[in-house]
Amino acid sequence: MNAHLLTHTDLLFGFVLVLANAGLSLMLNLGVGRSLFIAALRATAQLLLVGLILKYVFASSSPALILAVALVMTMLACYEIWSRQKKRFSGAWGVGIGAGAASISVVIIMTYTVLTIVDADPWYSPQVFIPLVGIVLGSVMNGVGISLNVFNTGLVRERNAIEAQLALGATRRQALKPLQRNALRSGFIPIVNQMSAAGVITIPGMMTGQILAGMEPYEAAKYQTLVLFLLAGAAGFGALAATHFAIRRATDERDRLRLDRLAP
Amino acid sequence: MLLELKGLRRLNIGPIDFAIDTAECVSISGRSGAGKSVLLRAIADLDPHEGDVLLQGAHCSSMPAPQWRRQVTYVAAESGWWEDTVRQHFLADTDFATLLPKVGIDPAAADKPVHQLSTGERQRLALIRALCLKSKVLLLDEPTSALDPESVHQVETLLQEYIAEGMAILMVTHDIEQALRMANRHVRLAGGQLTPISTDELQAEAQEERGSNK
Repeated sequence: MNAHLLTHTDLLFGFVLVLANAGLSLMLNLGVGRSLFIAALRATAQLLLVGLILKYVFASSSPALILAVALVMTMLACYEIWSRQKKRFSGAWGVGIGAGAASISVVIIMTYTVLTIVDADPWYSPQVFIPLVGIVLGSVMNGVGISLNVFNTGLVRERNAIEAQLALGATRRQALKPLQRNALRSGFIPIVNQMSAAGVITIPGMMTGQILAGMEPYEAAKYQTLVLFLLAGAAGFGALAATHFAIRRATDERDRLRLDRLAP
Repeated sequence: MLLELKGLRRLNIGPIDFAIDTAECVSISGRSGAGKSVLLRAIADLDPHEGDVLLQGAHCSSMPAPQWRRQVTYVAAESGWWEDTVRQHFLADTDFATLLPKVGIDPAAADKPVHQLSTGERQRLALIRALCLKSKVLLLDEPTSALDPESVHQVETLLQEYIAEGMAILMVTHDIEQALRMANRHVRLAGGQLTPISTDELQAEAQEERGSNK
């Protein structure tokens, strides 16, 4: 591959676009300039820092270090999932349900990918493992975060409907099925949109990056397709696990709705 | 006895011992916030509680909760709906043409979207939905609070038919006249305890209320 290496000046030219947008926001009094400017600075600092850390991790090739990086990334994703919930379960369950679902999904997808699809040697090869964990986590974060938020807010909003079904003799699974279906559908929207638009409306970021880095477009397309499949699987497993755990926690063994378990 | 409460306790109510027999209707009155809905919900096992509730001698905890609630059914004052149309909330073989006119609703309402119905129509349909289960005990929480006098009369007539067939009804109502028309026993919930009230006492209260409304 013939990668075109970017200089810091190239980055500055890119940053001009953010500054232009921030300036327009200031002129038109839209109130988004400051947050855009801060987010751009944050992204720059985070990405460059990660780049430096990964450079060190890649060089060391220590499985313990690579797994530690993956663990930190997972913990940060779990925090993001937690922070996106308007309604959370109280106590450790507030973090636990999202974190548990995300972790299970990432472990399943990564184990499956490393063992059957990506023939990396060794299996923890950081050039393969770390970017894949990152991209899978992004999808899991969306799937789990959105579906859990829709589910939890729906529990409160749809309380009368859920309790009416329970009062008429429905099981907790039956009574919460419409809400679970709705939450899963919402959790799938980002990945369904991404797959529908891929190659027609947008050239996905990963494929763009590989083509810019000099890879054959067809080979880049194959990678991108695989990644989209992984992302769909990850979002699906994560959302399903999250809503499953949430149903268990939002009800008890006597098929009662337990809104008292939500944080006030 | 058909339904027995033994030391039932939930939040600020109880311990309550109480029993209701087949074909009985008992009215429950009490101030707002006294815990009347809490009591009915605990009997239906919709909330965690202490103590026992028995149906024909069988403990609530001895059977799966859904099975219990199909026999001891709670109907909230504002019941919920989870599908688009009325029909989707009933079994496929429901005879809407016979059932709905009994509470003054046009059978065509079965195919209407729930959100197009008035509060009173939804309240009557929720009651019909519960009656279709043919439960042994019906726990009604202000079943006619949103209805006009004619609809109230129709609902009461329908409920009396079910009572005559053996159904027991425990009814929370703020309407003393309705309690006198419907129930053969009356209790008041105050300070977390149920106290029996005689029909004479209730009639005197009704008279007082009529006087103050003049």
